[in-house]
Amino acid sequence: MREEIIPVSADTLVGEVAKLKVQGYRLVTLSCTELDASQVDILYHFDKGLSLKHLRLTAAKTIPVPSISPVFFAALLIENEIQDLFGLRFEGLVVDFQGALYLEEEALKTPFCRFSLRTAAPSAVQGERAESPNP
Amino acid sequence: MRKTVVPFGPQHPVLPEPIHLKLTIEDERVTEAIPNLGYVHRGLERLADVRDFHQMIQVVERVCGICSVIHALCYCQGVEELMGVEVPPRARYLRVMWSELHRVQSHLLWLGLFADSFGFESLFMQFWRVRERIMDISEATTGNRVIVSVNVIGGVRRNPDAEQLRWLLTQLDWVEAEIQRLETTMLEDYTVKKRTVGKGVLTSEKAYELGAVGPVLRGSGVAQDTRQTGYAAYGELHFEPVVETGGDCFARSKVRFREALASIDLIRRAISRLPDGEVRAKIKGKDDPQGETVMRVEQPRGELLYYLKGKGEKNLDRVRIRTPTFANIPPLLVMLPGLYLSDVPVVTLSIDPCISCTER
Repeated sequence: MREEIIPVSADTLVGEVAKLKVQGYRLVTLSCTELDASQVDILYHFDKGLSLKHLRLTAAKTIPVPSISPVFFAALLIENEIQDLFGLRFEGLVVDFQGALYLEEEALKTPFCRFSLRTAAPSAVQGERAESPNP
Repeated sequence: MRKTVVPFGPQHPVLPEPIHLKLTIEDERVTEAIPNLGYVHRGLERLADVRDFHQMIQVVERVCGICSVIHALCYCQGVEELMGVEVPPRARYLRVMWSELHRVQSHLLWLGLFADSFGFESLFMQFWRVRERIMDISEATTGNRVIVSVNVIGGVRRNPDAEQLRWLLTQLDWVEAEIQRLETTMLEDYTVKKRTVGKGVLTSEKAYELGAVGPVLRGSGVAQDTRQTGYAAYGELHFEPVVETGGDCFARSKVRFREALASIDLIRRAISRLPDGEVRAKIKGKDDPQGETVMRVEQPRGELLYYLKGKGEKNLDRVRIRTPTFANIPPLLVMLPGLYLSDVPVVTLSIDPCISCTER
Protein backbone atom coordinates (compact mmCIF):
# COMPACT_ATOMS: atom_id res chain seq x y z
CA MET A 1 0.00 0.00 0.00
CA ARG A 2 1.31 3.45 -0.92
CA GLU A 3 -0.07 5.26 2.13
CA GLU A 4 1.07 5.29 5.74
CA ILE A 5 -0.19 2.41 7.93
CA ILE A 6 0.01 2.84 11.69
CA PRO A 7 -0.19 -0.39 13.73
CA VAL A 8 -2.45 -0.09 16.78
CA SER A 9 -3.57 -2.36 19.60
CA ALA A 10 -7.05 -2.64 21.10
CA ASP A 11 -5.82 -0.44 23.99
CA THR A 12 -4.49 2.39 21.84
CA LEU A 13 -7.10 2.26 19.03
CA VAL A 14 -9.68 4.74 20.32
CA GLY A 15 -6.98 7.20 21.41
CA GLU A 16 -5.33 7.13 17.96
CA VAL A 17 -8.71 7.56 16.25
CA ALA A 18 -9.57 10.52 18.49
CA LYS A 19 -6.18 12.06 17.65
CA LEU A 20 -6.88 11.75 13.92
CA LYS A 21 -10.28 13.38 14.40
CA VAL A 22 -8.65 16.34 16.15
CA GLN A 23 -6.16 16.57 13.25
CA GLY A 24 -9.10 16.97 10.84
CA TYR A 25 -9.34 13.48 9.36
CA ARG A 26 -12.67 11.93 8.38
CA LEU A 27 -13.44 8.23 8.63
CA VAL A 28 -13.71 6.61 5.20
CA THR A 29 -14.39 3.02 6.24
CA LEU A 30 -13.06 -0.15 7.88
CA SER A 31 -11.85 -3.22 5.97
CA CYS A 32 -11.88 -6.54 7.79
CA THR A 33 -9.97 -9.60 6.56
CA GLU A 34 -9.86 -13.01 8.17
CA LEU A 35 -6.25 -14.06 8.81
CA ASP A 36 -6.74 -17.54 10.27
CA ALA A 37 -9.10 -19.47 12.52
CA SER A 38 -8.56 -17.15 15.45
CA GLN A 39 -7.58 -13.70 14.12
CA VAL A 40 -8.83 -10.92 11.87
CA ASP A 41 -7.08 -7.90 10.46
CA ILE A 42 -8.98 -4.59 10.57
CA LEU A 43 -7.81 -1.60 8.56
CA TYR A 44 -9.28 1.76 9.57
CA HIS A 45 -9.13 4.13 6.56
CA PHE A 46 -9.06 7.91 7.15
CA ASP A 47 -8.92 10.80 4.71
CA LYS A 48 -7.79 14.39 4.87
CA GLY A 49 -7.61 16.52 1.74
CA LEU A 50 -7.85 13.38 -0.41
CA SER A 51 -4.80 11.78 1.28
CA LEU A 52 -5.36 8.49 3.03
CA LYS A 53 -3.98 7.26 6.34
CA HIS A 54 -4.65 3.77 7.74
CA LEU A 55 -4.61 2.19 11.18
CA ARG A 56 -4.09 -1.56 11.35
CA LEU A 57 -5.47 -3.63 14.20
CA THR A 58 -4.94 -7.38 14.41
CA ALA A 59 -7.62 -8.72 16.70
CA ALA A 60 -8.62 -12.06 18.19
CA LYS A 61 -12.08 -13.11 17.02
CA THR A 62 -13.23 -13.98 20.50
CA ILE A 63 -12.21 -10.75 22.29
CA PRO A 64 -14.45 -7.69 21.79
CA VAL A 65 -12.87 -4.76 19.93
CA PRO A 66 -13.48 -1.22 21.23
CA SER A 67 -15.96 0.58 19.00
CA ILE A 68 -14.91 3.89 17.45
CA SER A 69 -18.55 4.88 16.81
CA PRO A 70 -18.59 7.20 19.89
CA VAL A 71 -15.76 9.15 18.16
CA PHE A 72 -16.93 8.78 14.55
CA PHE A 73 -20.70 8.20 14.31
CA ALA A 74 -20.08 7.06 10.70
CA ALA A 75 -18.50 3.85 12.05
CA LEU A 76 -21.89 2.70 13.36
CA LEU A 77 -23.02 0.74 10.28
CA ILE A 78 -19.53 -0.48 9.34
CA GLU A 79 -18.87 -2.05 12.73
CA ASN A 80 -22.33 -3.60 12.79
CA GLU A 81 -21.66 -5.03 9.33
CA ILE A 82 -18.40 -6.62 10.53
CA GLN A 83 -20.27 -8.13 13.48
CA ASP A 84 -22.67 -9.76 11.01
CA LEU A 85 -20.17 -10.95 8.45
CA PHE A 86 -17.20 -11.94 10.64
CA GLY A 87 -18.79 -12.65 14.00
CA LEU A 88 -16.58 -10.14 15.78
CA ARG A 89 -17.99 -8.15 18.71
CA PHE A 90 -17.56 -4.39 19.11
CA GLU A 91 -17.80 -2.94 22.57
CA GLY A 92 -19.49 0.44 23.05
CA LEU A 93 -21.34 0.67 19.73
CA VAL A 94 -23.75 3.65 19.72
CA VAL A 95 -26.45 1.42 18.19
CA ASP A 96 -25.75 -2.31 18.49
CA PHE A 97 -27.76 -4.54 16.17
CA GLN A 98 -26.30 -7.57 17.99
CA GLY A 99 -25.26 -9.25 14.76
CA ALA A 100 -28.64 -8.70 13.09
CA LEU A 101 -28.04 -5.69 10.83
CA TYR A 102 -28.25 -8.01 7.82
CA LEU A 103 -28.78 -11.47 9.16
CA GLU A 104 -32.08 -13.04 9.99
CA GLU A 105 -32.06 -15.71 12.68
CA GLU A 106 -32.08 -18.59 10.23
CA ALA A 107 -29.23 -17.15 8.11
CA LEU A 108 -25.71 -18.49 8.19
CA LYS A 109 -23.71 -16.77 10.91
CA THR A 110 -20.31 -15.22 10.03
CA PRO A 111 -20.74 -15.83 6.28
CA PHE A 112 -17.45 -14.10 5.43
CA CYS A 113 -15.33 -16.39 7.59
CA ARG A 114 -13.51 -19.24 5.90
CA PHE A 115 -12.75 -20.73 9.32
CA SER A 116 -16.20 -21.12 10.79
CA LEU A 117 -16.84 -21.03 14.52
CA ARG A 118 -20.37 -22.29 13.98
CA THR A 119 -21.67 -25.05 16.19
CA ALA A 120 -24.65 -26.11 14.01
CA ALA A 121 -24.00 -29.16 11.83
CA PRO A 122 -23.67 -27.99 8.21
CA SER A 123 -24.87 -31.32 6.82
CA ALA A 124 -28.31 -30.79 8.41
CA VAL A 125 -28.68 -27.43 6.65
CA GLN A 126 -27.63 -28.91 3.31
CA GLY A 127 -30.02 -31.80 3.79
CA GLU A 128 -32.96 -29.48 4.33
CA ARG A 129 -32.11 -27.56 1.19
CA ALA A 130 -31.83 -30.71 -0.90
CA GLU A 131 -35.32 -31.83 0.11
CA SER A 132 -36.90 -28.46 -0.55
CA PRO A 133 -39.07 -28.24 -3.70
CA ASN A 134 -37.79 -24.68 -4.28
CA PRO A 135 -34.08 -24.75 -3.44
CA MET B 1 -46.08 14.18 23.72
CA ARG B 2 -46.89 10.58 22.87
CA LYS B 3 -44.32 8.79 20.69
CA THR B 4 -45.33 6.74 17.67
CA VAL B 5 -43.08 4.45 15.65
CA VAL B 6 -43.72 4.57 11.91
CA PRO B 7 -42.07 2.12 9.50
CA PHE B 8 -40.73 3.85 6.37
CA GLY B 9 -40.05 1.15 3.79
CA PRO B 10 -38.82 -1.43 2.96
CA GLN B 11 -41.42 -0.94 0.21
CA HIS B 12 -42.30 2.70 -0.44
CA PRO B 13 -43.37 4.57 -3.61
CA VAL B 14 -40.18 6.71 -3.63
CA LEU B 15 -37.86 3.75 -3.02
CA PRO B 16 -37.08 1.61 -6.04
CA GLU B 17 -35.16 -0.72 -3.71
CA PRO B 18 -35.77 -1.98 -0.18
CA ILE B 19 -34.48 -0.16 2.88
CA HIS B 20 -36.35 0.20 6.15
CA LEU B 21 -36.20 3.21 8.44
CA LYS B 22 -37.82 2.92 11.85
CA LEU B 23 -39.03 6.46 12.47
CA THR B 24 -40.00 7.61 15.93
CA ILE B 25 -42.34 10.60 15.66
CA GLU B 26 -43.90 13.02 18.10
CA ASP B 27 -46.98 14.70 16.64
CA GLU B 28 -45.85 14.96 12.98
CA ARG B 29 -42.13 15.46 13.61
CA VAL B 30 -39.43 12.82 13.42
CA THR B 31 -37.39 12.48 16.61
CA GLU B 32 -35.27 9.43 15.75
CA ALA B 33 -34.46 7.28 12.72
CA ILE B 34 -32.96 3.77 12.89
CA PRO B 35 -32.08 1.97 9.65
CA ASN B 36 -32.62 -1.68 8.88
CA LEU B 37 -30.73 -3.28 6.01
CA GLY B 38 -30.22 -6.75 4.59
CA TYR B 39 -33.35 -7.36 2.53
CA VAL B 40 -31.32 -8.09 -0.62
CA HIS B 41 -27.76 -8.60 0.64
CA ARG B 42 -25.81 -10.74 -1.87
CA GLY B 43 -22.35 -11.23 -0.35
CA LEU B 44 -20.69 -10.46 -3.70
CA GLU B 45 -17.32 -9.67 -2.07
CA ARG B 46 -17.02 -13.28 -1.00
CA LEU B 47 -17.26 -14.47 -4.63
CA ALA B 48 -13.55 -13.62 -4.88
CA ASP B 49 -13.01 -17.06 -3.32
CA VAL B 50 -14.43 -18.84 -6.35
CA ARG B 51 -13.98 -16.34 -9.22
CA ASP B 52 -10.50 -15.42 -10.39
CA PHE B 53 -9.37 -11.80 -10.57
CA HIS B 54 -10.46 -11.46 -14.23
CA GLN B 55 -13.91 -12.96 -13.61
CA MET B 56 -14.39 -10.63 -10.62
CA ILE B 57 -14.79 -7.72 -13.06
CA GLN B 58 -18.17 -9.15 -14.08
CA VAL B 59 -19.09 -9.55 -10.42
CA VAL B 60 -18.22 -5.98 -9.39
CA GLU B 61 -20.10 -4.61 -12.42
CA ARG B 62 -23.18 -6.18 -10.91
CA VAL B 63 -22.79 -4.45 -7.56
CA CYS B 64 -24.74 -1.65 -9.23
CA GLY B 65 -25.99 -1.43 -12.81
CA ILE B 66 -26.31 2.34 -12.83
CA CYS B 67 -22.60 2.85 -12.16
CA SER B 68 -21.21 -0.47 -13.37
CA VAL B 69 -18.43 1.16 -15.42
CA ILE B 70 -17.11 2.98 -12.38
CA HIS B 71 -17.14 -0.11 -10.15
CA ALA B 72 -15.17 -2.00 -12.79
CA LEU B 73 -12.81 0.95 -13.26
CA CYS B 74 -12.03 1.11 -9.54
CA TYR B 75 -11.49 -2.64 -9.33
CA CYS B 76 -9.32 -2.79 -12.47
CA GLN B 77 -7.19 0.15 -11.32
CA GLY B 78 -6.61 -1.65 -8.01
CA VAL B 79 -5.58 -4.93 -9.66
CA GLU B 80 -3.39 -3.01 -12.13
CA GLU B 81 -1.61 -1.40 -9.21
CA LEU B 82 -1.06 -4.77 -7.53
CA MET B 83 0.33 -6.23 -10.77
CA GLY B 84 2.31 -3.16 -11.84
CA VAL B 85 0.42 -2.78 -15.13
CA GLU B 86 0.67 0.52 -17.02
CA VAL B 87 -2.57 1.37 -18.83
CA PRO B 88 -2.19 2.91 -22.34
CA PRO B 89 -3.10 6.65 -22.47
CA ARG B 90 -5.97 6.14 -24.95
CA ALA B 91 -7.57 3.63 -22.59
CA ARG B 92 -7.31 6.08 -19.67
CA TYR B 93 -9.16 8.75 -21.68
CA LEU B 94 -11.81 6.28 -22.85
CA ARG B 95 -12.33 5.22 -19.24
CA VAL B 96 -13.09 8.87 -18.42
CA MET B 97 -15.50 9.11 -21.36
CA TRP B 98 -17.55 6.08 -20.35
CA SER B 99 -17.42 7.00 -16.64
CA GLU B 100 -18.82 10.45 -17.37
CA LEU B 101 -21.52 9.05 -19.66
CA HIS B 102 -22.54 6.87 -16.73
CA ARG B 103 -22.55 9.89 -14.43
CA VAL B 104 -24.83 11.84 -16.79
CA GLN B 105 -27.34 9.00 -17.10
CA SER B 106 -27.25 8.34 -13.35
CA HIS B 107 -27.86 11.99 -12.50
CA LEU B 108 -30.68 12.25 -15.06
CA LEU B 109 -32.23 9.12 -13.62
CA TRP B 110 -32.04 10.59 -10.13
CA LEU B 111 -33.32 14.03 -11.17
CA GLY B 112 -36.37 12.30 -12.68
CA LEU B 113 -36.95 10.15 -9.59
CA PHE B 114 -36.50 13.18 -7.35
CA ALA B 115 -39.12 15.15 -9.32
CA ASP B 116 -41.43 12.15 -9.02
CA SER B 117 -40.90 12.05 -5.23
CA PHE B 118 -42.69 15.38 -4.87
CA GLY B 119 -45.29 14.60 -7.50
CA PHE B 120 -43.84 16.42 -10.52
CA GLU B 121 -44.40 13.58 -12.97
CA SER B 122 -44.00 15.52 -16.23
CA LEU B 123 -40.54 16.67 -15.09
CA PHE B 124 -39.72 13.04 -14.25
CA MET B 125 -40.72 12.05 -17.78
CA GLN B 126 -38.63 14.82 -19.37
CA PHE B 127 -35.43 13.86 -17.53
CA TRP B 128 -35.87 10.19 -18.42
CA ARG B 129 -36.60 11.09 -22.04
CA VAL B 130 -33.23 12.87 -22.25
CA ARG B 131 -31.51 10.00 -20.44
CA GLU B 132 -32.59 7.59 -23.15
CA ARG B 133 -30.18 9.29 -25.57
CA ILE B 134 -27.26 8.52 -23.23
CA MET B 135 -28.38 4.91 -23.12
CA ASP B 136 -28.38 4.91 -26.94
CA ILE B 137 -24.80 6.26 -26.90
CA SER B 138 -23.77 3.51 -24.48
CA GLU B 139 -25.33 0.87 -26.69
CA ALA B 140 -23.69 2.26 -29.83
CA THR B 141 -20.21 2.49 -28.31
CA THR B 142 -20.18 -0.64 -26.15
CA GLY B 143 -22.99 -2.92 -27.31
CA ASN B 144 -24.95 -2.62 -24.06
CA ARG B 145 -27.21 -0.01 -22.48
CA VAL B 146 -26.65 -0.47 -18.74
CA ILE B 147 -23.90 -2.92 -17.80
CA VAL B 148 -21.53 -1.92 -20.57
CA SER B 149 -18.54 -4.09 -19.56
CA VAL B 150 -15.76 -2.10 -21.20
CA ASN B 151 -13.09 -2.25 -18.49
CA VAL B 152 -10.54 -5.05 -18.41
CA ILE B 153 -7.29 -5.43 -16.49
CA GLY B 154 -4.85 -3.31 -18.49
CA GLY B 155 -7.31 -1.05 -20.32
CA VAL B 156 -10.63 -1.26 -22.16
CA ARG B 157 -12.07 -3.77 -24.59
CA ARG B 158 -13.69 -1.30 -27.05
CA ASN B 159 -12.05 1.28 -29.26
CA PRO B 160 -14.52 3.68 -30.89
CA ASP B 161 -13.35 5.11 -34.22
CA ALA B 162 -13.36 8.77 -35.27
CA GLU B 163 -16.73 8.56 -37.01
CA GLN B 164 -18.37 7.03 -33.92
CA LEU B 165 -16.88 9.76 -31.72
CA ARG B 166 -18.14 12.50 -34.08
CA TRP B 167 -21.63 11.00 -33.89
CA LEU B 168 -21.32 10.80 -30.08
CA LEU B 169 -20.46 14.51 -29.88
CA THR B 170 -23.52 15.50 -31.95
CA GLN B 171 -25.70 13.42 -29.62
CA LEU B 172 -24.14 15.14 -26.62
CA ASP B 173 -24.99 18.56 -28.10
CA TRP B 174 -28.62 17.48 -28.19
CA VAL B 175 -28.47 16.11 -24.61
CA GLU B 176 -26.87 19.30 -23.32
CA ALA B 177 -29.47 21.54 -24.99
CA GLU B 178 -32.32 19.41 -23.60
CA ILE B 179 -30.89 19.47 -20.05
CA GLN B 180 -30.48 23.25 -20.26
CA ARG B 181 -34.15 23.55 -21.32
CA LEU B 182 -35.12 21.90 -18.03
CA GLU B 183 -32.94 24.20 -15.90
CA THR B 184 -35.60 26.85 -15.26
CA THR B 185 -38.12 24.26 -14.10
CA MET B 186 -35.72 22.26 -11.94
CA LEU B 187 -33.89 25.16 -10.32
CA GLU B 188 -36.39 28.03 -10.30
CA ASP B 189 -39.87 26.53 -10.14
CA TYR B 190 -41.90 27.56 -7.09
CA THR B 191 -43.20 24.03 -6.39
CA VAL B 192 -39.75 22.44 -6.59
CA LYS B 193 -38.27 25.04 -4.25
CA LYS B 194 -41.17 24.77 -1.83
CA ARG B 195 -40.50 21.04 -1.37
CA THR B 196 -36.68 21.17 -1.32
CA VAL B 197 -35.28 24.47 0.00
CA GLY B 198 -34.39 24.25 3.70
CA LYS B 199 -35.27 20.53 3.91
CA GLY B 200 -32.76 18.06 5.34
CA VAL B 201 -30.07 20.65 6.05
CA LEU B 202 -26.55 19.36 6.67
CA THR B 203 -23.85 21.88 7.56
CA SER B 204 -20.41 21.54 5.99
CA GLU B 205 -18.88 20.62 9.39
CA LYS B 206 -21.48 17.91 10.02
CA ALA B 207 -21.26 16.56 6.47
CA TYR B 208 -17.50 16.16 6.76
CA GLU B 209 -17.56 14.74 10.28
CA LEU B 210 -20.27 12.20 9.43
CA GLY B 211 -18.34 10.96 6.40
CA ALA B 212 -20.79 12.20 3.75
CA VAL B 213 -19.60 11.76 0.17
CA GLY B 214 -20.45 12.94 -3.33
CA PRO B 215 -23.22 15.45 -4.01
CA VAL B 216 -24.31 15.22 -0.33
CA LEU B 217 -20.87 16.48 0.75
CA ARG B 218 -20.47 19.02 -2.07
CA GLY B 219 -24.05 20.27 -1.60
CA SER B 220 -22.94 21.22 1.91
CA GLY B 221 -20.10 23.36 0.61
CA VAL B 222 -17.16 20.94 0.87
CA ALA B 223 -15.14 21.00 -2.37
CA GLN B 224 -14.05 17.37 -2.31
CA ASP B 225 -14.35 15.03 -5.27
CA THR B 226 -12.19 11.95 -5.76
CA ARG B 227 -11.64 12.93 -9.40
CA GLN B 228 -9.37 15.67 -8.02
CA THR B 229 -6.81 12.93 -7.29
CA GLY B 230 -6.33 12.69 -11.06
CA TYR B 231 -6.96 8.95 -11.57
CA ALA B 232 -7.47 7.64 -15.14
CA ALA B 233 -7.04 10.83 -17.23
CA TYR B 234 -8.78 13.32 -14.89
CA GLY B 235 -5.43 14.82 -13.91
CA GLU B 236 -4.94 15.97 -17.52
CA LEU B 237 -8.46 17.39 -18.03
CA HIS B 238 -8.41 20.31 -15.55
CA PHE B 239 -11.26 18.92 -13.48
CA GLU B 240 -13.01 21.25 -11.00
CA PRO B 241 -15.66 19.96 -8.55
CA VAL B 242 -19.21 21.36 -8.52
CA VAL B 243 -20.02 22.84 -5.12
CA GLU B 244 -23.17 24.38 -3.58
CA THR B 245 -23.44 25.80 -0.11
CA GLY B 246 -27.12 25.46 0.89
CA GLY B 247 -26.68 22.01 2.47
CA ASP B 248 -30.34 21.16 1.79
CA CYS B 249 -32.22 18.98 -0.72
CA PHE B 250 -32.26 21.84 -3.22
CA ALA B 251 -28.46 22.26 -3.03
CA ARG B 252 -27.94 18.54 -3.55
CA SER B 253 -30.20 18.51 -6.61
CA LYS B 254 -28.42 21.60 -7.95
CA VAL B 255 -25.05 19.86 -7.61
CA ARG B 256 -26.31 16.87 -9.59
CA PHE B 257 -27.92 19.07 -12.24
CA ARG B 258 -24.72 21.09 -12.74
CA GLU B 259 -22.57 17.93 -12.61
CA ALA B 260 -24.54 16.43 -15.50
CA LEU B 261 -23.58 19.44 -17.63
CA ALA B 262 -19.99 19.43 -16.31
CA SER B 263 -19.67 15.75 -17.26
CA ILE B 264 -20.67 16.56 -20.84
CA ASP B 265 -17.87 19.14 -20.91
CA LEU B 266 -15.43 16.55 -19.55
CA ILE B 267 -16.43 14.04 -22.25
CA ARG B 268 -15.85 16.68 -24.94
CA ARG B 269 -12.44 17.51 -23.47
CA ALA B 270 -11.49 13.82 -23.21
CA ILE B 271 -12.48 13.18 -26.83
CA SER B 272 -10.70 16.30 -28.11
CA ARG B 273 -7.45 15.16 -26.44
CA LEU B 274 -7.88 11.44 -27.06
CA PRO B 275 -4.44 10.03 -27.91
CA ASP B 276 -3.96 7.45 -30.64
CA GLY B 277 -2.62 4.02 -29.87
CA GLU B 278 -3.42 0.80 -28.05
CA VAL B 279 -6.33 0.49 -25.63
CA ARG B 280 -5.16 -2.59 -23.73
CA ALA B 281 -1.81 -3.40 -22.13
CA LYS B 282 -0.53 -6.96 -22.35
CA ILE B 283 -0.59 -8.71 -18.96
CA LYS B 284 0.32 -12.19 -20.13
CA GLY B 285 3.36 -13.43 -18.24
CA LYS B 286 2.91 -11.05 -15.33
CA ASP B 287 2.63 -12.44 -11.81
CA ASP B 288 -0.82 -12.80 -10.27
CA PRO B 289 -1.86 -9.94 -7.94
CA GLN B 290 0.05 -9.82 -4.66
CA GLY B 291 -0.01 -7.37 -1.75
CA GLU B 292 -2.75 -4.96 -0.75
CA THR B 293 -4.06 -1.67 -2.06
CA VAL B 294 -6.83 0.85 -1.53
CA MET B 295 -8.32 2.41 -4.65
CA ARG B 296 -10.82 5.25 -4.72
CA VAL B 297 -12.86 6.73 -7.57
CA GLU B 298 -15.87 9.05 -7.79
CA GLN B 299 -19.18 7.38 -8.52
CA PRO B 300 -22.25 9.49 -9.37
CA ARG B 301 -23.29 9.07 -5.72
CA GLY B 302 -19.84 9.83 -4.32
CA GLU B 303 -16.56 8.29 -3.30
CA LEU B 304 -16.23 4.57 -3.96
CA LEU B 305 -13.48 2.59 -2.23
CA TYR B 306 -12.07 -0.84 -3.03
CA TYR B 307 -9.64 -2.59 -0.69
CA LEU B 308 -7.96 -5.45 -2.54
CA LYS B 309 -5.61 -8.03 -1.10
CA GLY B 310 -3.82 -10.49 -3.34
CA LYS B 311 -1.84 -13.58 -2.36
CA GLY B 312 -0.03 -14.22 -5.65
CA GLU B 313 -2.79 -16.52 -6.91
CA LYS B 314 -5.65 -16.25 -9.41
CA ASN B 315 -8.11 -15.64 -6.59
CA LEU B 316 -7.83 -12.51 -4.50
CA ASP B 317 -7.66 -12.97 -0.75
CA ARG B 318 -10.07 -10.09 -0.08
CA VAL B 319 -12.24 -7.72 -2.09
CA ARG B 320 -13.82 -5.11 0.15
CA ILE B 321 -16.19 -2.55 -1.37
CA ARG B 322 -17.34 0.64 0.42
CA THR B 323 -20.09 2.17 -1.66
CA PRO B 324 -21.19 5.82 -1.39
CA THR B 325 -24.73 5.12 -0.18
CA PHE B 326 -23.31 3.16 2.76
CA ALA B 327 -21.35 6.29 3.70
CA ASN B 328 -24.36 8.58 3.25
CA ILE B 329 -26.74 6.67 5.54
CA PRO B 330 -25.27 8.03 8.84
CA PRO B 331 -25.66 11.65 7.58
CA LEU B 332 -29.25 10.79 6.61
CA LEU B 333 -29.94 9.57 10.15
CA VAL B 334 -28.81 12.98 11.41
CA MET B 335 -30.81 14.91 8.79
CA LEU B 336 -34.17 13.29 9.52
CA PRO B 337 -34.84 14.24 13.19
CA GLY B 338 -36.80 17.49 13.34
CA LEU B 339 -38.44 17.03 9.93
CA TYR B 340 -42.14 16.63 9.24
CA LEU B 341 -43.00 13.05 8.30
CA SER B 342 -44.19 14.31 4.89
CA ASP B 343 -40.65 15.50 4.07
CA VAL B 344 -38.97 12.16 4.87
CA PRO B 345 -39.40 10.67 1.35
CA VAL B 346 -37.91 13.74 -0.35
CA VAL B 347 -34.98 14.01 2.08
CA THR B 348 -34.28 10.26 1.91
CA LEU B 349 -34.21 10.40 -1.88
CA SER B 350 -31.91 13.43 -1.78
CA ILE B 351 -28.93 11.20 -0.85
CA ASP B 352 -29.65 9.18 -4.04
CA PRO B 353 -29.86 5.90 -2.10
CA CYS B 354 -28.64 2.89 -4.05
CA ILE B 355 -29.50 -0.20 -2.07
CA SER B 356 -28.06 -2.46 -4.76
CA CYS B 357 -24.67 -0.87 -3.94
CA THR B 358 -25.26 -0.96 -0.20
CA GLU B 359 -26.35 -4.60 -0.21
CA ARG B 360 -23.43 -5.67 -2.42
